[in-house]
Order: sequence, then C-alpha cells, then structure tokens
Amino acid sequence: MSEFERARDGAYDDLLDAIEDGEGYYLECGNGHGWLPPRRICPDCGSRDLTEEPLPDAGEIETYTVIQVAAPNFAEDTPYVTALADFGPVRVTGMMNDVDPETVDTGDVVGLTVGERVTTGDRMLAFEPR
Amino acid sequence: MVNPRVPGVGLTHFGEHPERTGRDMFAEAGLAALDDAGVSPADLEALYYGNFMGEMAEHQGHEAPMMAEAIGAPEVAATRLESACASAGTAVRQAVQSVRHGEADVVLAGGAERMTNIGTAGATEALSIAADDLYEVQEGMTFPGAYALMARAYFEQYGGGREDLAEIAVKNHDNALPNEYAQLRKEISVESALSAPMVAEPLGLFDACPITDGAAAVVITSEDYAAANDLDTTVGIVGTGQGGDKLALQDRQYLARTPAAERAAEEAYADAGIGPDDVDFAEVHDCFTIAEVLAIEALGFFEEGEGITAAAEGATRRDGDLPINLSGGLKAKGHPVGATGAAQIAELTKLLRGDHARSDAVPDATTALAHNAGGTVASTTVHVLEVRQ
Repeated sequence: MSEFERARDGAYDDLLDAIEDGEGYYLECGNGHGWLPPRRICPDCGSRDLTEEPLPDAGEIETYTVIQVAAPNFAEDTPYVTALADFGPVRVTGMMNDVDPETVDTGDVVGLTVGERVTTGDRMLAFEPR
Repeated sequence: MVNPRVPGVGLTHFGEHPERTGRDMFAEAGLAALDDAGVSPADLEALYYGNFMGEMAEHQGHEAPMMAEAIGAPEVAATRLESACASAGTAVRQAVQSVRHGEADVVLAGGAERMTNIGTAGATEALSIAADDLYEVQEGMTFPGAYALMARAYFEQYGGGREDLAEIAVKNHDNALPNEYAQLRKEISVESALSAPMVAEPLGLFDACPITDGAAAVVITSEDYAAANDLDTTVGIVGTGQGGDKLALQDRQYLARTPAAERAAEEAYADAGIGPDDVDFAEVHDCFTIAEVLAIEALGFFEEGEGITAAAEGATRRDGDLPINLSGGLKAKGHPVGATGAAQIAELTKLLRGDHARSDAVPDATTALAHNAGGTVASTTVHVLEVRQ
C-alpha cells in the first residue's frame, strides 16, 4: 500500500486548502440552504444554482461529545471533543483543537480551522475558540 | 393487498462467538427458520440477506451466493442488502414486496454479522463507516459519538438526563433475563449504569449495545403458498415502510428527532391501516439508550420530549401500556448489525405466537411493530405484524 500516495479527496481537500489560506467557503442555493462541498444539487430544495460563499468567521457549538473510546486510527487522540457548530447557513462537524474537554460547552463560539490528527497526522476540520 | 405470512423464524445465540464464521452462523439461523416453517431449502425462490461489515470483519464480499449455498439453496436468486444497522430490515422489506407483487411465493430474509473477532477497537472503526467518512469520521466521530451528539442535543432541547437513559438500560436488561438467545442476561441497576465508564460523553458503557456475533432469518410466504403447504399462518406482516434522511448529522434539519423513522412509520401505518395507538408492543432499534427515546417518539407512541421518561415512569416496561423491547432489545439481546432487523421480526413472531420467553407479558396482543435504523437514522424500516386469532 505504502508505495501509493493517498489520492486527494477532491472538494474536501480543496476546502481544507482554502481554510488553511484563510478563505473558507460553503455552497449556498438561492433559498439560503448551505452545504459543504461537493454538491451539485441542493438536497433540500433541488436547486442546481449553487454558489461559493465565504464561511462566517464564527459559529456556535450546538452539541458535542467527549470521545473516550476511539477507533485505532484515533487512539492517541483520546480523550477528544467532536462537536457540531452552527455557522448560520451551514452546520459543520469538527474536532476541538487543543482544548481541555472539561471546558467545552454548548453555546461556545468557535472558528473553523484545519487540525491535525495526533495518531496519524491526517488533516481534518477543527474548531478553535473565538 | 396480499399480506405475506411468517411461518418460520430462526436465530443463533447472540453473543461473543469470535471463532464462528458468518456462513456458519447464517446456516444455523436460516436452517432453523426453514425447519420452523417446514419449508425445504430447495423450494426457496429468493434470499434477501443483510450484512454490513463482512469486508472489514471477514475479508468477505459477495456474500449472498455464499449464504444461499450455506442454507442448501445454491441456485436461488440471492441478494445482499447493505444499509448499515438496518440491512436486515431492508432485506425483510424486499421479501415482503417481492411476495406482495407476486414475483415469489416463498422467500427467506435475514442477515448475519461477525464482529467480536476484530476486537472493540476494530469494531468501533468498522461501525464508524456508516457515517460520512469525509465530514464526520475524519473529524473523530464514532458510532457512540454520533448518538452522544444526539443525546446532548435532546437534553438541551427537551430536558432529561443520564438517569432517564439508565432506566431504559435497566428495563431492557431485565427483559432479556429469560431470553436464551440474548447476549447480556444480567440484571443491572440505575446506579451501576451511571457509574460505568464513559464511552462518548454523555453516553457510558451501559448506554451502548454490546458488540455481537449472530444471525437471524425469517421465512416469508404468500397466503396461498402457506395454505397450500399447510404452513403456520398465525403471524403476518401487514405493513411495511422505509424512510431516509441525509447521511451526516450536520446536514439534517433536526439533531434530536429522526424524520427517517417518522416517514417509515407513516408509510407502514398507512399500509397496515392502523395508527400508533393500535400497536400493542414493539421492538425498536436501541443501539444506544437515547435511540430508544428517539424511536418511540418518531413512531408516534410519545410526544416529542416525552419519550425520555417513558421507561422511568413505567409505560414501556413489561407491565406497562406499551412494552418496548421485550426481547431485551439491541441493548441486552445484542446487536449483530446486519442481522438485527430480521431478529426483531423473529422475536415479535414468537411473542405473538406465544412461544417466546416473554409471551406472558402480551397474552392478548394482536399488533406488533419493528423499527430498524441505519447509522444515525439516515435509513429506517418499520414493519407491522399481526396475529390471526
């Protein structure tokens, strides 16, 4: 396996690149439904007219969990917090970057960044306090 | 409408059987169902087989023909269905539709899953692939973690807490005590549930179903075939429904409601010509305690925000108005994910026939319901069963 470089996951990796450059975005249809890429059609209203919009700078944690038992490829990250944050038109899943799980609460304001998984070094969507 | 009958059901013991191959388990459950019905493998016209993680747990794809061969029907039209933890629910639905449409008269629906051979960490990884790999799993979401997100969202919106969830675990463990097929036949207390180690806060070890090896199968026939072959027509499937939702929690309208199950229930109730008030008891998909709460609300048994206290207040207990998970549920009976939807039908059939260890709890019941959910309820099947008096 190791002689093959892992292929990029298209729009997912493009989004992470953009967030690293401070230019995070999401896709929005004319009715204000927001999604992370790739999307060719709005799953809520069927609109195919989706445009890239800048991601709001801050979101609010709606719910979170402290993961104690993880898959092997996250073993060295535990315990860690995975949360859902409301960024207005789009909701995003991310891991909390460098945070004491005890201090996290719903309603906390966070920004979206790119984090690194301790166990494997893989990139991922992550939140940092704002 | 021709309503299929369920003349035979079969189960393996649900538990830790790491050395048992999927083919061996499905052969046991499938042949048990055929023998229970009095149907020969050679008479089967189709096999619908549910399995989720065969590639990861057994390095085995293309399982449908192997499973047909394992039950002595190598030439039958065999199809594997994968819908995560609802795989066997979709298999049952395919079987029901196939018989109703007149394309087959006698079919087998079931499923199998081998899980404990890859350990807790391996099973955690395998289960996580039911979620969105890019936008959930890469961000650390596990299967318990996803339900933990839903549990916290529920508490925030409606109230309730870990004590209420513990009451559900206590109830389902108690129901499983005499069930010879169940994995966890031990009494627990609210205190022991609350002091168990955390898995994904706010869910602890006793909020989670165990990791389970097992198989289940049900024979489904047309009314005419059952009559012509003198099969037991006591129990039939009179309603089927299936609903979907976006895969990732982040893309859903609700975090503490499960519209896929609401849609599946609405369709199944209309199909059966009944409403939630007509259901006497049900097996619902309690992979985690919070999942039972979400299920009984989505099925219309309780208003939104009221399902959380149903176990604590007794309504869903064995002696309550609407017993839920008399088998022990996924929580105590165990959850071999690709088999669970068929196992629910098998348990309900025996409860209705009167030969289940918990049949005494529902002596006059006529209508039962099965709710089988995939992933974080991105797919759901609901089936309504009736007993012919």
